[in-house]
Amino acid sequence: MTLQDLQPGESGKILEFESSVRSERLMEMGMLPGVIVKVVRFAPLGDPIDLRVQGYHLSIRRDQAAKIHVSKCES
Amino acid sequence: MSIPTPLTVALVGNPNVGKTTLFNQLTGLQQRVANFPGVTVERKSGSLTHSPHIEIVDLPGTYSLTPRSLDEQIAYEVLVGRRGKSPDLVVCVVDAGNLERNLYVVSQVIDIGLRVIIALNMTDAAEENGLIVDVSTLENELCVPVVPMVASKGEGVDHLIEKILNHGDQAQPYRWTLMDAVDAKIPDLTNILTEEAPQVKPEHKRMEVLRALAEDEALDGWRPQSPNFVKRIEELRQEFTDRGVAWKHAEISGRYAWLGQIVNKSVERVRGPATMSDRIDSVLTHKFFGPLLFVIILAGIFQAVFSWATPAMDLIESGVSAIATAIQSVLPPSWATDLLTDGVITGVGNVVVFFPQILLLFFFLGLMEDTGYMARTAFIMDRVMKRVGLSGGSVLPLLSSYACAIPGIMAARTLDSERDRLITIMIAPLMSCSARLPVYTLFIAAFIPAGAFFGILGYQGLTMFSMYIMGTVMAFVAAAILKRFIFKGPDSYFVMELPPYRRPRLRQVFVRMIQRTKVFALRAGKIILGCSIVLWFLASYPKVDSTAEINQAIIEAEQQRDTTLAQALVSNTDVNLNTLNDSVATKDKSLEHQQVIAQQNDQDHQSVIDSLIIIQQSAQIRGSAIGHLGRILEPVMQPLGFDWKISAGLISAFAAREVIISTLSIIYSVEEDEEGVALRDAILADQYPDGRPVFTPLVALSLLVFFVFALQCMSTLAIARRETNTWKWPIVMWLYMTGLAYLASLLVYQGGLFLGFS
Repeated sequence: MTLQDLQPGESGKILEFESSVRSERLMEMGMLPGVIVKVVRFAPLGDPIDLRVQGYHLSIRRDQAAKIHVSKCES
Repeated sequence: MSIPTPLTVALVGNPNVGKTTLFNQLTGLQQRVANFPGVTVERKSGSLTHSPHIEIVDLPGTYSLTPRSLDEQIAYEVLVGRRGKSPDLVVCVVDAGNLERNLYVVSQVIDIGLRVIIALNMTDAAEENGLIVDVSTLENELCVPVVPMVASKGEGVDHLIEKILNHGDQAQPYRWTLMDAVDAKIPDLTNILTEEAPQVKPEHKRMEVLRALAEDEALDGWRPQSPNFVKRIEELRQEFTDRGVAWKHAEISGRYAWLGQIVNKSVERVRGPATMSDRIDSVLTHKFFGPLLFVIILAGIFQAVFSWATPAMDLIESGVSAIATAIQSVLPPSWATDLLTDGVITGVGNVVVFFPQILLLFFFLGLMEDTGYMARTAFIMDRVMKRVGLSGGSVLPLLSSYACAIPGIMAARTLDSERDRLITIMIAPLMSCSARLPVYTLFIAAFIPAGAFFGILGYQGLTMFSMYIMGTVMAFVAAAILKRFIFKGPDSYFVMELPPYRRPRLRQVFVRMIQRTKVFALRAGKIILGCSIVLWFLASYPKVDSTAEINQAIIEAEQQRDTTLAQALVSNTDVNLNTLNDSVATKDKSLEHQQVIAQQNDQDHQSVIDSLIIIQQSAQIRGSAIGHLGRILEPVMQPLGFDWKISAGLISAFAAREVIISTLSIIYSVEEDEEGVALRDAILADQYPDGRPVFTPLVALSLLVFFVFALQCMSTLAIARRETNTWKWPIVMWLYMTGLAYLASLLVYQGGLFLGFS
């Protein structure tokens, strides 16, 4: 599954990036494989997404999120 | 141990960590704001307070030294010494509440061999969030001095200055572990680089190798000079891919692993994070309330800008004309006096009159930046902007442009993507700014009937509204076209931090407001002054001898007066009969006669002089270069329904849109009044020689549409020149908008004629 499939309130552990996404910038900002990301909310029009990662809020678009593979964290 | 005092100190850090606040604290208000040569990135520098030999340079905010935006590129070039000498010392400003991500760029700065001091900022906010940083552990782990501080309150600033004056050695670089598979190949690559690019300093080689390995852009940069280096790296990438080595993020993972350990050791979480900011967000970015509040906040700002700026603008306008009048009364009448009063002072006035709006808008924009709301507007509106190929970051620059394109264009600086910034600048002037309002008002009031659809939707209001909609829709269309054909490339991506909400620091907001306004006044001011002088010459030369017109007017006026007097006689009012009889009988044009009339009615006398002045001005502009240009343009403008007078007005409106009203007033020889009633009556009465009216509702509509699209504002061109660092984009901007205006007006006028309107 990808980050796009998570609903607000759900968390996921980053597995890998598809090569077409600009992963370097995301990784430099702390979105590394192995890091847990929480989907906080969607923007009022459904896009972009507000994520909580490494203790801060980062906003990315859904089409980018669709290229980040995650495993959903329970609880 | 004490090392010789450093000369340049660079401030480096992520965006939103209080870097600029610290810069202001260190330098006081003695700052120099300039651009880095050849680019529009601001270079802010100033002397350390009490130590004038130490220069502090505030570098643009950067998440990494692997440049992905123009700002980051500049920060990188300054640090490695490609823009002058490398700084002697780097103060890395980090947010104590978000150490891991903030230390990323710090580790890169350490690795290129620069001396580093860490300013651990916003420790108060971190503690509120339940995070305690053990400063000495952090110092020991990173081997660089760490100064805890709250820059916004001035806490820790003295300690930092002390450290700047007595800083230690540089830390040992590259203490993080690069994955073995990649690390094993570095020496080989470094050697090739030494052969092919001997200019690269030894301490930068490893960094250059890592950048070239991970980044296509960086690798392309080596292609012309170092073919073997490029070839070897391409081979390696293939080899790594085949072996399943994650070469692309080898450096990033290595650094984060190291920093993660350091942060684990030195940061203690004493309780869960505060949720205040999250709670604010659950309202301000709420599905329903978010957009609603966004609209309310914007409406409030616009209301404030318009209602507070208007009195100040009126004051400036009357002040400027009072100064001009005062100078005229002191200096002898000559062309030089006219140039000074009508050219220079009026020209400067045309710029200064924007100040109240610009200051207010910059104030509110600064407030939104400082509180963190700016990022939320981008978050809320990104979806809409994505449609036309922009990102949410363009929303505020474009909305500001409804008041005035100048702060809008300058606000586009906050955009990460250079392409998005250029597109935003190019379309900002299509938003109907406040200078168009007086023009809209005049022509709508004169030609659009006052009725209403269903009794509520007034025709006039509806027309006004559609002017704004037309500009906005066209701006989006233009953005999509620019994106598709001019600024090609992959879609803009959107990675934006949503910083926690903060109480605004008014002092910072004020300082930034003044700085930005100064940039407009000083940089754009010169160009605007030049244009004003040129326009003055065009309107004042060649000189016209208006004696004939004035004599004609005097004769007419007297005939009228005689009639009035005769009527007065007939009606036997309490006028002094003797005096009147004398003057009528002798038709004496002497001073005595004037006095008689003046005694009879002082106001009457004054209005005679006023109307003589207006007649003279009218004759002058009709015969001036602008008047002639208007006639030359008339054949071109006739298909839009414009005669030479409107064309001349359009030329003069280049100084600023609202100038068309005063030009038309002069041409039509009417006094300018607040409501434009006199001018309205005059244009309604004007006819072509064959008796057709010059202004019809259709002509007015065509003119309105022209004003929606045309770029008639030298201030906008001047600021676009400054913000893009070239005349190319302002010229393209002017051409496409003028072309658009012409076509749109042509369509409206010819289409209207075709459909049988007039």
